[in-house]
Amino acid sequence: MLRLALHRFALTLPTMLAAATLVFLLIHLVPGDPVDVMLGESAQSADREALRRTLGLDRPLATQYAAFLRGVASGDLGRSLVHGTPVAELLAARLPATVELTLAALAIAIALALPLGLAAAARPGTWLDRGSVGFALLGVSVPSFWLGPMLIILFAIDLRWLPVSGRGTWAHLVLPAFTLGLGMAAILTRMTRASVLECLGEDYVRTARAKGVSRARILTHHALRNALAPVVTILGLQFGALLAGTVITETIFAWPGLGRLLIDAINQRDYPVVQGCILLIAASFVAANALADVINGWLDPRIGAATARAGS
Amino acid sequence: MKGPSLRMMFGAALVAVLVVVAAGADWIVPYDPTAQVLAENLAPPGADHLLGQDKLGRDILARIISGTRVSLAVGLVTVVVSLVAGAAIGAVAGFAGGWIDEIVMRAVDVLLAFPGLLLAIALTAVLGPSLRNVVIALCLIGWTGYARLARGEIVRLREREFVEAARALGVPELRILVRHLVPLLATPLLVQATFGMAAAIVAEASLSFLGLGAQPPTSSWGAMLNDGRAFVLVAPHLTVFPGLAILVTVLGLNFLGDGLRDRLDVRTPTDLWR
Repeated sequence: MLRLALHRFALTLPTMLAAATLVFLLIHLVPGDPVDVMLGESAQSADREALRRTLGLDRPLATQYAAFLRGVASGDLGRSLVHGTPVAELLAARLPATVELTLAALAIAIALALPLGLAAAARPGTWLDRGSVGFALLGVSVPSFWLGPMLIILFAIDLRWLPVSGRGTWAHLVLPAFTLGLGMAAILTRMTRASVLECLGEDYVRTARAKGVSRARILTHHALRNALAPVVTILGLQFGALLAGTVITETIFAWPGLGRLLIDAINQRDYPVVQGCILLIAASFVAANALADVINGWLDPRIGAATARAGS
Repeated sequence: MKGPSLRMMFGAALVAVLVVVAAGADWIVPYDPTAQVLAENLAPPGADHLLGQDKLGRDILARIISGTRVSLAVGLVTVVVSLVAGAAIGAVAGFAGGWIDEIVMRAVDVLLAFPGLLLAIALTAVLGPSLRNVVIALCLIGWTGYARLARGEIVRLREREFVEAARALGVPELRILVRHLVPLLATPLLVQATFGMAAAIVAEASLSFLGLGAQPPTSSWGAMLNDGRAFVLVAPHLTVFPGLAILVTVLGLNFLGDGLRDRLDVRTPTDLWR
């Protein structure tokens, strides 16, 4: 198990390197001179040279690249052009808020999707099943930047049950987490339902039924456990969407996390911070996918063996 | 083959209405979508302005109607460019195999290692905020999904008997690819494109909501929601209606895509940007 985990995480290294390369190249995609873009064309030439040196843009591309990778490997992501503080410090200060929001959204998504998907699969064709399918369709179609404000209007302004925005108490977390988690809940519900339905048609379910195992136990102990593998895979893949979604959710609710930091940095043309945020979010996504594979290997040893062999 | 489901007909009808609205936007808009009446700013829905007016007194209904054009245009251009480029790259990679396939698929893997929306945010951040750059960013990312789909199908098909038969008859390789294999990609690509269009429309709205897309005075639904954010306490109608327009559009396309997928019996990944 531990070997599988180590192996799978080692496999993320090439992907992480590629992601770092892409983030490094971003600043060279800026049309024209990035220094002009950051300072404006009327800036003093001494200031421009200073910034060029700070960013290392005066050195050959290969040297810059090597320095960037060394920095990333040692956790040094440069300094913010606006705040003057190390980017790593800024990221560390904002990370807890984003982790809190993401985990809460994930918990809401799982708590909604597993029971709903399981119940729908247990009684196909009933109103409950139709309701879950409808929920799944509506959930993936509602844009979060509309759902969030709607929830604010209803629960914060009309009913006055919850705060409008900001971070602090548990009450502050409810609306942002729900806004962020609903889309994922919809996708997971659909996946759980389909996956459980498929498992219920398997021979081992018929065998269990023939042995007199109760319906409920078949659902929870036989079908669900076997149905979880594709659900966990989707969970890993959708985790990226959840992370990217924090950018929008944090903007709606003035949530002081990485997403908000990224948008502020973009507006201030603080490129080192932009690079740092994107790199951290991308790395979390790659790690989440690896984690999903490891969990799958634990749920089903056959998948574990295949993962260890095939990699990627 | 099953007949079209009720849901699919409903989706198709919604999409048809949107296309008519976008095509006829100039004739059906009640007011100029950029005309400001500052004295009537934030006016709630009423008889003259059915959906109310925004912070500059512009008619919200007129802006939503002209926003339909923006959304559909962005969606269509993104999907067509990504599909043609992606399918061509993927088909060639799958057919050629070897190092060409290896290079293309590694590039796809790297791009897919980023959450789509995050990459789009990064690209528009460096390219500068504008609708044109949004389309460029979405195309730079969007081709990967079609490439992967096309490659998978071609790899599956290239060992089939009819390809072997064509080869035995001396049909040139390129002709086998273009005339015998590519037509078979149409169905899965069509289904993928329907979902892709919904995803591209949401992505554009997301970027415009973050201030990275359409710039004033262009009426993009996402930008309208961004404008409405500051007034959500006093003028919720600024937020409610543009969001409903997005919801209806995305639901319509998703219903249509679901229906097509079931009817044409293809399996395809969805939700590229989510």
